[in-house]
Amino acid sequence: MVDAAHDESAIVPPAEVEEMELFHPQSWVTKYVFCQDAKVIAIQYSFTAIAIGLVALVLSWMMRLQLGFPETFSFIEAEDYYQFITMHGMIMVIYLLTALFLGGFGNYLIPLMVGARDMVFPYMNMLSYWIYLLAVLILVASFFVPGGPTGAGWTLYPPQAILEGTPGSGAGIILMLVSLAFFIIGFTMGGLNYVVTVLQARTRGMTLMRLPLTIWGIFMATVLALLAFPALFVGAVMMSLDGILGTSFFMPAIVQFSEHLEYGGGSPILFQHLFWFFGHPEVYIVALPAFGIVSDLISVHARRHIFGYRLMVWAIVIIGGLSFIVWAHHMYVSGMNPWFGFFFATTTLIIAVPTALKVYNWTLTLWRANIQLTIPMLFALAFIVTFVNGGITGLFLGNVVVDVPLSDTMFVVAHFHMVMGVAPILVIFGAIYHWFPKMTGRLLNVGMGHVHFWITFLGAYAIFLPLHYLGFLGVPRRYYEMSDTSFIPQSAETLNAFVSVIALVVGVAQLIFLFNIAWSLAKGKKSGPNPWKATSLEWQTPETPPGHGNFGPTLPVVYRWAYAYGVPGAADDYVPQNMHPDQVATGEGGGAPAGAAAQPAE
Amino acid sequence: MIAALIMILVAVGTVVFHFMSPWWWTPIASNWGYIDNTIVITFWITGVVFVAVILFMAYCMLRFRYREDRRAEYEPENKKLEWWLTVLTSIGVAGMLIPGLFVWNQYVTVPEGAAEIEVVGQQWQWSFRYPGKDGVLGTSNVRLISDENPFGINPDDPKGQDDVLVSGDDMHLPIGGPIKFLLRSIDVLHDFYVPQFRAKMDMVPGAVTFFWLTPTRPGTFDIMCFELCGVGHHVMRGNVVVEAQADYDTWMQEQETFAQSVARAKSNSATAVALQDRPAQ
Repeated sequence: MVDAAHDESAIVPPAEVEEMELFHPQSWVTKYVFCQDAKVIAIQYSFTAIAIGLVALVLSWMMRLQLGFPETFSFIEAEDYYQFITMHGMIMVIYLLTALFLGGFGNYLIPLMVGARDMVFPYMNMLSYWIYLLAVLILVASFFVPGGPTGAGWTLYPPQAILEGTPGSGAGIILMLVSLAFFIIGFTMGGLNYVVTVLQARTRGMTLMRLPLTIWGIFMATVLALLAFPALFVGAVMMSLDGILGTSFFMPAIVQFSEHLEYGGGSPILFQHLFWFFGHPEVYIVALPAFGIVSDLISVHARRHIFGYRLMVWAIVIIGGLSFIVWAHHMYVSGMNPWFGFFFATTTLIIAVPTALKVYNWTLTLWRANIQLTIPMLFALAFIVTFVNGGITGLFLGNVVVDVPLSDTMFVVAHFHMVMGVAPILVIFGAIYHWFPKMTGRLLNVGMGHVHFWITFLGAYAIFLPLHYLGFLGVPRRYYEMSDTSFIPQSAETLNAFVSVIALVVGVAQLIFLFNIAWSLAKGKKSGPNPWKATSLEWQTPETPPGHGNFGPTLPVVYRWAYAYGVPGAADDYVPQNMHPDQVATGEGGGAPAGAAAQPAE
Repeated sequence: MIAALIMILVAVGTVVFHFMSPWWWTPIASNWGYIDNTIVITFWITGVVFVAVILFMAYCMLRFRYREDRRAEYEPENKKLEWWLTVLTSIGVAGMLIPGLFVWNQYVTVPEGAAEIEVVGQQWQWSFRYPGKDGVLGTSNVRLISDENPFGINPDDPKGQDDVLVSGDDMHLPIGGPIKFLLRSIDVLHDFYVPQFRAKMDMVPGAVTFFWLTPTRPGTFDIMCFELCGVGHHVMRGNVVVEAQADYDTWMQEQETFAQSVARAKSNSATAVALQDRPAQ
């Protein structure tokens, strides 16, 4: 009888499901283009997401140029500025972070870490990527239509999103909404795959409470996304109808520029509810995979088990559940019934408790550990700093009355960039440094990694920390320029210029990372199958990078959790999940290919 | 070693920056000092946690650096510690939430007898309507808006005739008494915010929203739009003048009522018609 997640067991349940038949590639096209292997799909997702993410990075430079040096760059008009912030926000949240965490890491890691040959619906998984690519292309197309992309802010609030006076209120906003609809369709195909694979395709012995936290994070985030995205889908469809057919779902009677418009009876606030019913879980769709991945990075590189594994799992589940009843904390000053404030402030602050416990457990994992300050570990530790910083400013904004003066100021911008921009992106970098050897067989260069890490971490912190204080001062977000405002001192301008310069530097530093990837692909140090001496199944594959089907002739069998580091009595300081209990003390077969591990006792 | 020291520097630097920052609240000019107090409480509670977590992390980085001959301690769970942390965190959260909700209750409860003033937002300007001698704002409807009636006041409502209208000029407020702001927009979302007042609320077309405050300090302050409302968002500015009751009354005398503005518009258009009808010489 297994009592706790960390108990080892030699008992292995019999296989319940037949091995799946894989569609092996027949040609170059089915191997590299229309490929059904989740690992290839993962790389396709990642490249597309990073490519569009670079567009968002350049857009952020443009807006920082305007904020830091107003009236300097004649090519940035107010229209352009509002288009930049809108597209930057939407790309980062949806097309980069969501796609990269779930489509990228989800596809690569789920089958490998649960001990499956592939996703359970490989064909649909392939379609998922191509529909995502279509969504990205539609989004990019909106830059080239008359009027340009929408400049309604990434929240796309009606009525202004579809009215004159807002950039891209014609074709731009419609393309944005269509692109979002396609993204959601594509994501749903992938998301169903991730959920069913985790639930149905785990190898023998891989109980839910033995799953690496990476999988728990991605799994729960996918569940959230499957439940939350439909609200955005509905909102996008209704707003498209308002824009194209002149319906009035979100449009009340309006007089604009002295002209009576043919709308009436709709509710702008209804859209905000739909948007944030999606939008708040979206924060956790990005955060939960980051939570999961960072748990594994910390554990592996601290050579110690994650502290309080079961609490970590339940915290992920509870945070996921609570994230559906906090959405209106984005709407405290929206004009919704003010009595909602009591409920949503309470739920929002309650969510801080499981979140804080996760932070404690990450740091407690370091206690009496044996910490290797590798590049992935540095990124993971930097995540803790930025996440704690961004998390506690969430306690300001979630506490309804504190939100009143701070809402729509630079404080909000600083908060969400720190907590769901900088922090998850640090995890993404850490994860790439961590799993790159598995994906390519080569290690990323450490020297370049250090330069990239320190500039990115300290730079990003220096950008966003001071912006909070501009928010206290009362500097609004989404202002093309402040011009003369009596209460804003000259020093605020100096600060903005400083922040803009740092932003440019941090942006350029990403080229080091891209170069490192290209260079290491060709000349990186050979890593072997398990360079970090990690326990989870992806490191135990017979081939590196793993072939189609992942595990050779026999699937691995799991005897323990993924955090068997520093186990007393074991020969090595780590025990792979698939090492038979009889071999632990001697270490024979440690790190050996899974297929060669001893057969389970029947 | 260096990495841990940098982490310590980040924690200490953040605290130093906080206390040295020249950017802080503008001096308050309303009764909502409670909000500032809640923020100070939040700063203390969260600040302690922030510093403690990072210093603990940095200590571990120094103390438990990798050594070939060492193994990590194996203690997967510690129920007692986890419970303690849960309870302490919950207390900390309650310490922020309870004062917050207490103040929010004041924020959503408008005091009896608060003066009502309407603010109308449109791209990209502010207008203001005062209830006039009868102390009651007349009913209005967006459908009634025209060049002669930019507020859409119902001409058949006697309560609207004496409403005082201010367009394209500063808003004036008397000091010392509670004021309920009724907020309307006739086109897109806007948000009425004066940073010195600390209080704000979105203006939503198709609805009337509100908040209240008591101005406590005379002066002229910036009104800014705080909800993205199109390309002119950043130039949607205005001024509010907070002054003694006597000065406010004097100012009010000089403003035009709805009835007066209608009469003026009629005579203007009569003149215009007369000019048009004049036969060519």
